[in-house]
Amino acid sequence: MRSVLVAAAVAVLGVTAVLAQGDPIAARKELMKSVGAATRTGNQMAKGEIPFDAAKAKEIMRVYANAADKMHTYFPENSKTGGDTTASPKIWESQAEFRKRFDDWAEDIKKASAQTDDIESFKTAFGNVTKACGGCHETFRIKRN
Amino acid sequence: MKRVVAAFGLVAILTAAAYWYLTSPNRQTAGLEPMPGGPADLANGRAMFFAGGCASCHATPNQDDRTRLGGGLALHSPFGAFYAPNISPHPRDGIGSWTEQQFLRAMRAGVSPDGRHYYPSFPYTSYQRMTAADIRDLFAFIRTLPAVEGRVRDHELGFPYTLRRGLGLWKLAFLDGRPFVPDPTKSASWNRGAYLVEGPGHCAECHSPRNVFGAVIEERRFAGGPNPEGKGWVPNITPHPTGLAEWTKGDIAELLSSGLTPEGDSVGSTMTAVVRNTSQLAEADRDAMAEYLRSLPPREGRKGPR
Repeated sequence: MRSVLVAAAVAVLGVTAVLAQGDPIAARKELMKSVGAATRTGNQMAKGEIPFDAAKAKEIMRVYANAADKMHTYFPENSKTGGDTTASPKIWESQAEFRKRFDDWAEDIKKASAQTDDIESFKTAFGNVTKACGGCHETFRIKRN
Repeated sequence: MKRVVAAFGLVAILTAAAYWYLTSPNRQTAGLEPMPGGPADLANGRAMFFAGGCASCHATPNQDDRTRLGGGLALHSPFGAFYAPNISPHPRDGIGSWTEQQFLRAMRAGVSPDGRHYYPSFPYTSYQRMTAADIRDLFAFIRTLPAVEGRVRDHELGFPYTLRRGLGLWKLAFLDGRPFVPDPTKSASWNRGAYLVEGPGHCAECHSPRNVFGAVIEERRFAGGPNPEGKGWVPNITPHPTGLAEWTKGDIAELLSSGLTPEGDSVGSTMTAVVRNTSQLAEADRDAMAEYLRSLPPREGRKGPR
C-alpha cells in the first residue's frame, strides 16, 4: 500500500514538473487534484471509514506541504484566463494576500505534520490543516460547473 | 382633436389607476394570517437561522461574528447593486421594533412594516414556503442576537428598477404566496428535506437560471446557470450527468457538512458561506436535504461560457 502511495505521489510530482514549464493552468490543476485526493483519504480516515495508517497520514501532510510550497508559483500574469480556469481575478489584484495564505498554510502543515502518529492527534491535525481550504477558495475561486 | 386628447387622457388615467391598483402591496395576502400561539422555540429558531443562511447576506462584512447582522454586503446583479439591510435587533436601525406579524409579512409577502415592496434579492420567493411557527421562532432567535447600530445605504439600481411600486406586478407574476405542502406519499425525511431546500434553504435562488425579469425559470429549476452576482457559473444540482448524477446521498450530506466534494475538493466562492451555515444543522436535516436533492427530476445543465 505504502509503495503504491509513494508511486502515485512521484507520478503526480513528475507530471506536475513537466506541466509547470509550459502550462501553469494545467500544472496547478494537477497539483490541486493531488491535494483533493489526499484530503479525501484523510477525511475517510478521520471519519473511520478506512483504518488509520500513520504512513498515509504522513504522506497526506507531505502532499500538502508540496502544494503550499509550489502552488503560488503557478499563477503567472499570463494565466488569468483559459483552460477552464476557475481562478478569480482577485489572485492578481491581491498578490500579497494570496501569497500570505499559502505561507500561513505551510505553517499549519508544519505543526500538523508532527501529529500524525495516532488517529486522535491526526483527527485534530487534519481538521486544523484543512480549515484553510474553504476560506481561500471563497475569496480566490469563482463558481464553476 | 379635443376628443382625441380627451380619449388619450382617459386611457392614461385608467392605465395609471390600474397600475396603482395592481401594484398595491395590499394585494399581497400572504403573511396576514394570525401568528401561532405559544412560546417560541429558540433552538428551532437557531436551526432556521442557519438553514436560511441569513448571515451570508446580513452579517456585517469584514468581521468574523456571524451573529452581528448589521448588513451592508453588496449583491451585484444585472439590475444594479443591492445592499443587504441591518436585520439585527437594533430598535432604530434594525428590526428590534418590529412585531412578529410584521416579520411574517416580510418573509412571506416581501412587504415591509411601512407597506413597501422589498426587492426579490431578499429571497421571499423561497421564504414564503416556511411555516408561520418556524418564522416566529426565527424572529425570536434573531432578537437574542447583538443589536448593531447603523443603517445601510440605499440600493443603487438603474431606472425603471428604482420604482419599488412596480414590484407589485412582478409579484403577481412570480410570487404565489403558498406555504410548503407536504407530499403524503413520500417519507417524513423526504418532506423535511424538500421543506428545507425549497423554503429556508432557498437553494434554487442561485442554482437556477433566471429570466429577463430576474425570476427563476421553473422548468430549469436547480439545473444551474450563470452566477447572478457576476463571474462564473453556478453548478447543476439535479441528478443529471451534467449535475450530481454520480453523487450519493452521503456525498451531498458530506458537502453540506464539511464542504468537501467526492474528489476531496473544498467548495469555494459563495458556497463556502453556505456550508458555514449548513454545517450547523442537525445531521438528520442535512441527510434529508440530500435525500430530496437526489430525488429531483434530472435536468440538463448548460455549460457556462469558457
